[in-house]
Amino acid sequence: MSIKSDLRSFLTLNGELFRFSLRFFRHGLNPPFEFSEFLKQCYVIGYKSLPLIGLTAFIMGLVLTMQLRPSMADYGVEAQLPAIVAIAVIREVGPVITALIFAGKIGSSIGAELGSMKVTEQIDAMEVSGTNPFKYLVATRVLACTLMLPVLVMLGDAVSLYGAYLGVNIHSNTSFILYWTQVFDNLVFGDVLPAFTKSFFFGFAVGIIGCYKGYNSSKGTEGVGRSANSAVVVSSVLIFVIDLLAVQVTDILGY
Amino acid sequence: MHSELKLDIKSNKVMIIKGLYKSFADNHVLNDFNLELVRGESVVVLGKSGSGKSVLIKCIIGLIKPDKGSIHIFGHNIPDLDHDELDQIRAKVGFLFQSNALYDSMTVRENLEFPLRRHCLEVSQKEVDKMVISALEDVGLAHTIDMMPVELSGGMRKRVALARTLILKPEIILYDEPTTGLDTITSKEIIELMVEIQQKYKTTSLIISHDMNCVRMASDRVVMLIDGKCYASGTYKEITQSVDPKVKLFFE
Repeated sequence: MSIKSDLRSFLTLNGELFRFSLRFFRHGLNPPFEFSEFLKQCYVIGYKSLPLIGLTAFIMGLVLTMQLRPSMADYGVEAQLPAIVAIAVIREVGPVITALIFAGKIGSSIGAELGSMKVTEQIDAMEVSGTNPFKYLVATRVLACTLMLPVLVMLGDAVSLYGAYLGVNIHSNTSFILYWTQVFDNLVFGDVLPAFTKSFFFGFAVGIIGCYKGYNSSKGTEGVGRSANSAVVVSSVLIFVIDLLAVQVTDILGY
Repeated sequence: MHSELKLDIKSNKVMIIKGLYKSFADNHVLNDFNLELVRGESVVVLGKSGSGKSVLIKCIIGLIKPDKGSIHIFGHNIPDLDHDELDQIRAKVGFLFQSNALYDSMTVRENLEFPLRRHCLEVSQKEVDKMVISALEDVGLAHTIDMMPVELSGGMRKRVALARTLILKPEIILYDEPTTGLDTITSKEIIELMVEIQQKYKTTSLIISHDMNCVRMASDRVVMLIDGKCYASGTYKEITQSVDPKVKLFFE
């Protein structure tokens, strides 16, 4: 009985999320656009996430290098450390970790913000004021998430590789130019493009789930907390699902 | 380009509700509800909690679609209108939310500018400023213009919400439980303000309430919403003198 009801609620969530996404494509991308609100959201979602993304990316690059070094030294390929770290960061670790941090920070804040607006009737007030709240609140946030996450991933990757450079130099003395030459010599377009492309999907997933959870929030302040929480949980799981699909697609395409 | 609705603002009957039904699963909230609102009058819909008062007012403003029935405002049936047509009606119908619904992330000025910017696209910034200050002066809160809603007391927030409702100079104002959550003195001040505004701007008011002070002070006519129907209607005096046991319960 419990499995049956769990399955039903899972399928219902998927169906409703699909309808919500369709509504975004049908209404959110048609004029009139809420351009100033979109710019404000780009600032809040993108620019204000930079310090957190930068810090975590730096630590990630440094730690990844330090963890890989002993194993690589055992196999005598320590010199390949910059190349291996670069490929790992650019192809997989950078986009996924950045997206997860982004889901934690932005997904929860969108879920809580829209949730509290819903339960305090602010969304209804917006509608009564001649504004389409879906366009004003949802479309702007989803678009901002979709466009800002790839930018954050690129910046995060750069910071992460700088962290890796410091990690490499803890035990050896590699010049800055040599390090970056090794990094770029071993990176090809096929490493960057799929990672960059999937980060758009990660951003869309975080935005649409945060908005869906917040927009459909109920049961007062308890519901707001639940919306914020489930926005993070669902979008984090979805990031891994998208990543799994992206790997299959890039594998088929030969990247 | 959206079609311009021709609003029959001069008509004496500004709102006609006929045979309104609304259910949520097996809960029949509105069950053949009928009401007519005459220009300039103040009608209080009185009912106990959960009787469907808020559902009624949200059906009127088009936030909830009724299952059956018609709500004609200025000659147009609300459930038949699309989003753009509804917006044209909403520019003439103010709505004061029970929770005030002030936008937390905006200052008082931005809260008041929001509906203006949406409905009056061709108004200059100078005129917007003038209208915002005038609306705030009407509620005695011009000094709060650059404050955030969180910095205001409950009564002040209610006044700012009322100023936001007033800013478009509506013909009809719908009040959803305007005194809920306020102390007796502040409630009295808000009711007096509502009456003052109605007299100053000659608006028609529909007030949803279960506050007896509000019913007594602000109503020209009282409508009892019982069992989803307009169970009884009359002046405050007539209603209080009713011998019907269901009506008497409210005044005991």
